Amino acid sequence: MIISLFFYLFSFIIVSCAVMVISSRNPVHSVFFLILAFFNSGALFVMLGAEFLAMMLVIVYVGAVAVLFLFVVMMLNINYSQIKDGFQKYYPIGFLIGLILFIEIILMIKGGNVLVGQKESLANNVPNTHQIGSILYTDYIYIFQISGLILLVAMVGAIALTLRDRPGVKKQNIADQNARKVSDVITIVKVKKNET
Amino acid sequence: MMIVSLEHYLCLSAILFTLGVFGIFLNRKNVITILMSIELMLLAVNINLVSFSSYLNDIDGQIFTIFVLTVAAAEAAIGLAIIVVYYRNSGSISVEDIKKLRG
Amino acid sequence: MVYLIVFLPLLGSILSGFWGRKLGDRFSMYLTSSFLILSMLLGWIEFINLSNSQFDKVYPLLTWIEVGDFNVVWSLRYDMLTAVMVIVITTVSAMVHVYSIGYMSHDDSKPRFMSYLSLFTFAMLMLVTADNLVQLFFGWEGVGLASYLLIGFWYHKPSAHTAAMKAFVVNRVGDFGFILGIIATYSIFGTVYFDEIFHDVGTLNDHSIKIIGFYFNSIELISILLFIGAMGKSAQLGLHTWLPDAMEGPTPVSALIHAATMVTAGVFLVCRISPILEYAPFALDIITIVGALTAIFAATIGLTQFDIKKVIAYSTCSQLGYMFFAAGVSAYPASMFHLTTHAFFKALLFLGAGSVIHAMSNEQDMRKMGGIWKKIPITYTLMWVGSLALAGIPFFSGYYSKDLILEAAWAASSNSGYFAFWLGAIAAFLTAFYSWRLIFLTFHGKANASNEVMSHVHESPLVMLLPLFVLGIGAVLSGWIFYEDFVGHHWHDFWGHSIYISDTNKALQLAHYVPSWVKLLPVLLAVIGIFTAYIFYIVSPNLPSVIAKSLNPIYKLFYNKWYFDELYDYLFVKSFVKLGYFFWKSGDENTIDRFGPDGISKLAKNISSKSVILQSGYIYHYAFAMLIGLVVLLTWILMGKGI
Repeated sequence: MIISLFFYLFSFIIVSCAVMVISSRNPVHSVFFLILAFFNSGALFVMLGAEFLAMMLVIVYVGAVAVLFLFVVMMLNINYSQIKDGFQKYYPIGFLIGLILFIEIILMIKGGNVLVGQKESLANNVPNTHQIGSILYTDYIYIFQISGLILLVAMVGAIALTLRDRPGVKKQNIADQNARKVSDVITIVKVKKNET
Repeated sequence: MMIVSLEHYLCLSAILFTLGVFGIFLNRKNVITILMSIELMLLAVNINLVSFSSYLNDIDGQIFTIFVLTVAAAEAAIGLAIIVVYYRNSGSISVEDIKKLRG
Repeated sequence: MVYLIVFLPLLGSILSGFWGRKLGDRFSMYLTSSFLILSMLLGWIEFINLSNSQFDKVYPLLTWIEVGDFNVVWSLRYDMLTAVMVIVITTVSAMVHVYSIGYMSHDDSKPRFMSYLSLFTFAMLMLVTADNLVQLFFGWEGVGLASYLLIGFWYHKPSAHTAAMKAFVVNRVGDFGFILGIIATYSIFGTVYFDEIFHDVGTLNDHSIKIIGFYFNSIELISILLFIGAMGKSAQLGLHTWLPDAMEGPTPVSALIHAATMVTAGVFLVCRISPILEYAPFALDIITIVGALTAIFAATIGLTQFDIKKVIAYSTCSQLGYMFFAAGVSAYPASMFHLTTHAFFKALLFLGAGSVIHAMSNEQDMRKMGGIWKKIPITYTLMWVGSLALAGIPFFSGYYSKDLILEAAWAASSNSGYFAFWLGAIAAFLTAFYSWRLIFLTFHGKANASNEVMSHVHESPLVMLLPLFVLGIGAVLSGWIFYEDFVGHHWHDFWGHSIYISDTNKALQLAHYVPSWVKLLPVLLAVIGIFTAYIFYIVSPNLPSVIAKSLNPIYKLFYNKWYFDELYDYLFVKSFVKLGYFFWKSGDENTIDRFGPDGISKLAKNISSKSVILQSGYIYHYAFAMLIGLVVLLTWILMGKGI
């Protein structure tokens, strides 16, 4: 009973935060609402018995992704923009399409048969982390490594996209420094006596 | 109603997903909102996966959620990098101004 | 040699037509003229050969059509009728070619002109050497085409090309009758070859054919249909409206086509099918009446015209009427005789008029001429010669032929014959009158032209005068030289099997025995006509206008060509123009173009302009589209699963 109450509480907050995310005028507010949504879904995860995942959600999503959002929002100097009137006519049809999507998903949920898992699972009192660990590094090792590669590629890509040379900033080029030869730097001049 | 079953979680996930979809094309403000809507959609998927994993006693759902998380983070980073570079080049990230693909 | 006669002009036409620019103006002119002169000489040689030894020959060429029972072979038939026509055609054509070298010397497209002239000659020769109706029709159409090309030679003049179209269209009406005649012939006789038709005619005398519930005598039907074709080509009453407008073409064209050759194709046809006509008395009557009416009708109009060429054109129309009513009373040799003499003197008159026009710096209105006989004496003399021949003054050729026709009409002793005789006599008076009216207005009296024009009046160069001399000799001599051969008592020996007169029709034989007053009447009327013209135009020049005013309605009727053009315009032309316009606008443009090229291009434009809206460039539009697609897919799957 209590559990269901908590569920409704958390889900209500999540849904209202999502609404605020997409309809808030100030983008910083949107990011904050997003963070709140993440927190609450983390709480939901804990209720489901996936505490490792809840922690991951908080650390990765909130701590990294949402903060990144915040950085970019701050950096880009976004103005509050008014909704232009011309686009208001799209709202009904868009709403309709979304509603149809929602109804169909619900139909699928209601009408589908839920299969009972046939896989052998670990005992229920094993902590979540343990459960994940015993499967992740054995059955899904390849996917694990590849996801590491994906992160590497993402990092490289992000840096490559945004790196720019600022003129006027002095930098060291080690390769050039090491490749310097004596003849590039020093010239020997014979100076005659009594010359200035 | 009292017992929270799988359908409740799935319903919640559906609502979140639809809201995320709304966010993509019903916003007229800026591109960041689009990225945040994508995050919302991924969150909805995560809830879906985890609830399935919990109710079916199958840990694979959570494994998959980890990977979704990873990829979502990577994609958010790249997306933001693109937005930053685009902002440098064109000076605005209002959605109405991005119409270079006009035919 | 016969092949050469027919095909040399064609060769000249092709060479001059396609390579005229390369060969140069001079060379093409000389080439075509020399080909024609060669043809002419060969024609005369053949004529003399044939008249000495009677042999009719058919020279086959190649097969044209072979469909089931219908069989047409290109071949050249040479009998006396053909030979006579050939010498007429080639002589006049050669003279016209030589004349054109001088007359068209200021023109830009001389090779084209010579090419068309030679093409025309070739078509006419094919017509007269045809062995079957279909080949004759080929020649028929060919001369119609050449006539169109030549009348509209100066194609940038709007009056010229409309006149050319008018000629072609009116001809077409006649041709339609001709085609129906050919079809009727084939369906009744089973063949289109002259020899076979003539052979079978006697047996089908009472044969009748049923068309739309009405019974017609077959021979009569064929004759009338073929005569309709002749009416169109020879500008008889009803289908004559094109001839005066055809004067838009250069004068040599008028001389060749509308005096000597094309318009005589109808007469030739009627004489060629004389075996058929002899079995169709009703058709012969019709021919007589139409011919007589045409003769008088054209003469009345010729009285009032002021354009020198139009007067001569109406004179041609009138003389053709004579030829036709001669054929109508079964005096075909007389008709051919008049055709020959008429060719000479009418071509002479036309070319002489051309000489006058050339001298008067392209002025054609007689009211603006006058008083130039001293300046161009040779032309003046030759015009006198031609007019004397035309009026039928004794010793000149026209006297022999025209008088004979009138005598034959009298001797036919039929109602139509008498009708034709009296009308022909009156027309003879009018002919003399307007011919001398032309001479007096043009050459005598006060000089009405400007001083500048008068100072340029000069005699034509020798290249133009030489043909006039040759034709003048023909106009004078052809009468009494050929009288005995053509229409004398032994005409049958001369013509052989080319002309057939049945024994019941004795008009030609009796023509020599008519009372003297009949023989003398035309001459008397001609002299009176000359005298009257003298009074009207030399003694008291005010007289014509006074009479015209007092007889104003009649004068107006004559002057406006009996309102035929206006009548036809009202009846036919307007409705056809409307019909054509309707088909063009509604049919062609609105229907075919709308659904075809225009419609498709408009459709493509419309669709593309509407589709472009989809490519807005906004990403959220694209995302929205993707979402819609996703929803549709989902719906489809759910429907499939039956939820």
